[in-house]
Amino acid sequence: MSKRENIRVPVSQQPFTVTKPEDTTTIGGTVTVQINEKKFSVPLGTTILEACRQNQIHIPTLCHHPDLCIAGVCRICVVDVEGMKTLQTACSFPITTPIKIHTSTPMVRKARRHIIDLLLSEHYGECYSCFRNGSCELQSLAKEYGVDEYTFGHADKPRYQVDRSSAAVVRDMSKCILCKRCVRTCIDLQEVGVLEAINRGHETYIGTFLDKPLADVICINCGQCINRCPTAALRANDPSDEIWEAIDNPKKHVIIQTAPSPRAAIGEEFGIEAGHSFTGELNTALKRIGFDKVFDTNFTADLTIIEEGTELLYRLKKIIVDKDESVKLPQFTSCSPGWIKFIEHFYPEYLGYLSTAKSPQQMFGAIMKTFYAKQAGINPADIVTVALMPCAAKKFECNRPEMNSSGYKDVDYGLTTREMAKMIREAGIYLPEMPKANFDEPFGDASGAGLIFGATGGVMEAALRTVYELVTGREVPFKNLAIEPCRGFEGVKQASVKLENCVDQYKFLEGVELKFVVAHGTANAKKVMEMLRKGELSNVHFVEIMACPGGCLGGGGQPIPTNAEIRKKRAQAIYAEEESLTVRKSHENPHIKYIYENFLTDGPCGKLSHKLLHTHYLKRGKFIS
Amino acid sequence: MEIKLENKKRSGPVLFSEYKRGDGIRKAVELGRENILFELKNSGLKGRGGAGFPTSTKWMLSAAANADKKFIVCNADEGEPGTFKDRVLLLEYPELVFDGMVIAGFTIGAQTGIVYLRGEYEYMLQPLEDYLAKVREDNLLGKNILGKENFDFDISIRLGSGAYVCGEETALIESLEGCRGEPRNRPPYPVNTGYLGYPTVVNNVETLASVSHIVLKGGEWFKKYGTDKSTGSKLFSVSGDCEKPGVYELPWGTKIKELLEIVGAKNTKAVQAGGASGTCIPKTQFDRMLGYEDAATGGSIIIFNESRNMLKVLKNFMEFFIEESCGQCTPCRIGNIKLMDGIEKIESGEFTFSYINNLKELGRTMQVASKCGLGQSSPNSFISILENFKEEILNTNWKGKENV
Repeated sequence: MSKRENIRVPVSQQPFTVTKPEDTTTIGGTVTVQINEKKFSVPLGTTILEACRQNQIHIPTLCHHPDLCIAGVCRICVVDVEGMKTLQTACSFPITTPIKIHTSTPMVRKARRHIIDLLLSEHYGECYSCFRNGSCELQSLAKEYGVDEYTFGHADKPRYQVDRSSAAVVRDMSKCILCKRCVRTCIDLQEVGVLEAINRGHETYIGTFLDKPLADVICINCGQCINRCPTAALRANDPSDEIWEAIDNPKKHVIIQTAPSPRAAIGEEFGIEAGHSFTGELNTALKRIGFDKVFDTNFTADLTIIEEGTELLYRLKKIIVDKDESVKLPQFTSCSPGWIKFIEHFYPEYLGYLSTAKSPQQMFGAIMKTFYAKQAGINPADIVTVALMPCAAKKFECNRPEMNSSGYKDVDYGLTTREMAKMIREAGIYLPEMPKANFDEPFGDASGAGLIFGATGGVMEAALRTVYELVTGREVPFKNLAIEPCRGFEGVKQASVKLENCVDQYKFLEGVELKFVVAHGTANAKKVMEMLRKGELSNVHFVEIMACPGGCLGGGGQPIPTNAEIRKKRAQAIYAEEESLTVRKSHENPHIKYIYENFLTDGPCGKLSHKLLHTHYLKRGKFIS
Repeated sequence: MEIKLENKKRSGPVLFSEYKRGDGIRKAVELGRENILFELKNSGLKGRGGAGFPTSTKWMLSAAANADKKFIVCNADEGEPGTFKDRVLLLEYPELVFDGMVIAGFTIGAQTGIVYLRGEYEYMLQPLEDYLAKVREDNLLGKNILGKENFDFDISIRLGSGAYVCGEETALIESLEGCRGEPRNRPPYPVNTGYLGYPTVVNNVETLASVSHIVLKGGEWFKKYGTDKSTGSKLFSVSGDCEKPGVYELPWGTKIKELLEIVGAKNTKAVQAGGASGTCIPKTQFDRMLGYEDAATGGSIIIFNESRNMLKVLKNFMEFFIEESCGQCTPCRIGNIKLMDGIEKIESGEFTFSYINNLKELGRTMQVASKCGLGQSSPNSFISILENFKEEILNTNWKGKENV
């Protein structure tokens, strides 16, 4: 029995481990359980829910989520365990003795029906006008249990005011059923801790510190709570009406950039199994919707790599050659806006470690309203840039006041995968049936390095491909350019690559072991930052952090539901698409070469690129007035 | 400083029988752990807080748990409406309670005891702290108790903040840890994973007090009182319509009508046994006896005479549960509200009998599907009062009869 690791998380909400008895020979580490008269052998400590799911016995759940620890509060999963006076929740009950379980007794069915009736009586369900119509878990439970009347009434008035203060997340607590998935997401999964239950009993609601609007608390806008909300109590701030307006306005030149993660996941919104990319089909659909140009965010992902990679080399040079002690290493990536807000709130004293490079989305906007506008002969004031992102925080990012280096709002709207799917459906298009099309030129060709930004470790992999080759003149020493140590879903990954036989310009790096760390999810980011604080990262050079579990492909704007398996399939789709590309290194993208020759003529990290492609950060701190 | 006795000197067969401070601990050291557990098992002692879980089982499980730290928690969050026996024990018989904690610590191998004292009992804090200081001086608490090597045990007192649900042992532990007082999932039980994740025994004040007597005088002696399934005696906090309300020690198995006679209750219409979460027993059933096997109670006995309106009584209880539900689980959070809606509809006479039956069914769901004892027992009074006083409540209020 060990001491609790994290005191802030109530024990009831931590997954518990069952210690095995000393003598396992008697039971062999497994236990025989009888479910509905059939016997199954399961490992000791398996929950009833797991045992049932392994054996194709359906148990309804609501507060349970595979990414989160156990709550056992909704009570919908109750089953009858012989010998127990009361019904037991399948999600939380560990099987340690040979118990007999019944999953569909009259008492169980009645209890489940009652629980749904009770939830419906409080849930302000406007099903017709709800964005979760068809994907709401409460709605589907009501269907599953044949709810044909409101036995205990129905809420016909909203109980709480909708909080629309945040650029990213809209909170409508009248639809909340208090499953606390968002609370567990925020405090356990992401370790941010913005949301918590306030008040007691029937007056309980999920709120923020001192009931402040979401915009005024330390929310990092990651949107992970949205992905796990079973109803529409949490949703992203949807700009699709404004985008339609721009599309329908003939004076406006509407450009959309699409990020790799939405392309690998949008099929799920159309009923396609996770793991299929719809890049080409999406291009056609977007043109049919009426976007004037469809470009690839990966182009500016390549640009990010050049800028960020160059910045890293500058930092290394300043430290090694110039002995400049004010320069901070390791350099942290800056393309995840959730991570940026996280570090601004929680570790403001370490902002100097962040790369100043903007995220690909923002670089794209800045290039559109300057270089592209000039080339295409369009007044930048008439250009509307939309970013299709897997992300809720991108909505916040494009609204940051410093993000208008082009003289205009660089990116007008951040659109999530879900909202894009909604627009496509609204236009009468069934995405999977679309013919494939290429991106528009000139920002349509991108390298595979930009593509893999979508998965955790992708930015690191892309950067290494370029930095290693710049320094040594050779390709990274990994088979098929796949830098395996960067891949996979381990929380914090560490690896290194040795720089040998460097080209003349980078002789000062000869023999340097380039060390890097990759982390995803802000809970892991916190671990990395604590390592930094303790001085354990002193010999590390580059750190990639993505705010969302799994990286962008698990972003807060991605299709619902999400779980580890779905995220894995999305990653496979991205890596498979990448392997098929011919250009797989950012610096070999011909358009990148073109833009440095014709626009950013003073080179990477030059004066113009500093104006357009780099940014600065705010020391926000945890205590906001 | 001596704790001031609040009342007259009490007398009773078990708890209020002769006991001198430290006697139980001395005997415990003499007996050794196995013998204590044997005596406890033999005594048949069950938890006095109301749930009635066998104390010896609880202790054995935590004694068997392998951990570098263990805790004894004394549940003094006496919050059940109509219960005030723990207050008497703590104020007048602290030696029983604290000796019981030391014995528990000795038996399961815990070094730390925590008293979770009801917030409203803050006035007791200083006298109890003074008492503990004195006991420490006498080496009945602290390091090497009674000179026995490695027999270390100390007690601290922590105040609750007034939530009824924190009397539920896992919510109590959450509260001790500084979290919201919300019950945990069980299993795992506190005997394995309790305070800070360590094995923890949570016992009611009266249970611990009984332990001191049992260890000193033996399980056989204890068993002489009470019935087969409810051994020993029980403290009853009697309130309501009677001449002599107060705390009484009576053996389990005492009939309700006997108790009513002792306390001088006349024209009694109903007895609420077990507080708001207990059941309401009508006049016709006063032959029933008090015990785990029949009319179970954690000590609360509330007497209602003929002048009382049972619907108002019920409404009062439901208001209490709505106020005190932690709001975590669906059946309790919303269910109590629905039962209250039903009571209001009955008051106005605008209800149908099928609607009331629906609510009773809901109450039965709450009893089996709620997460903790609060939601599991909050419909008890709703169901028992409506069933036992159907004529008084439903038939007289029902407006539908005017149309028949």
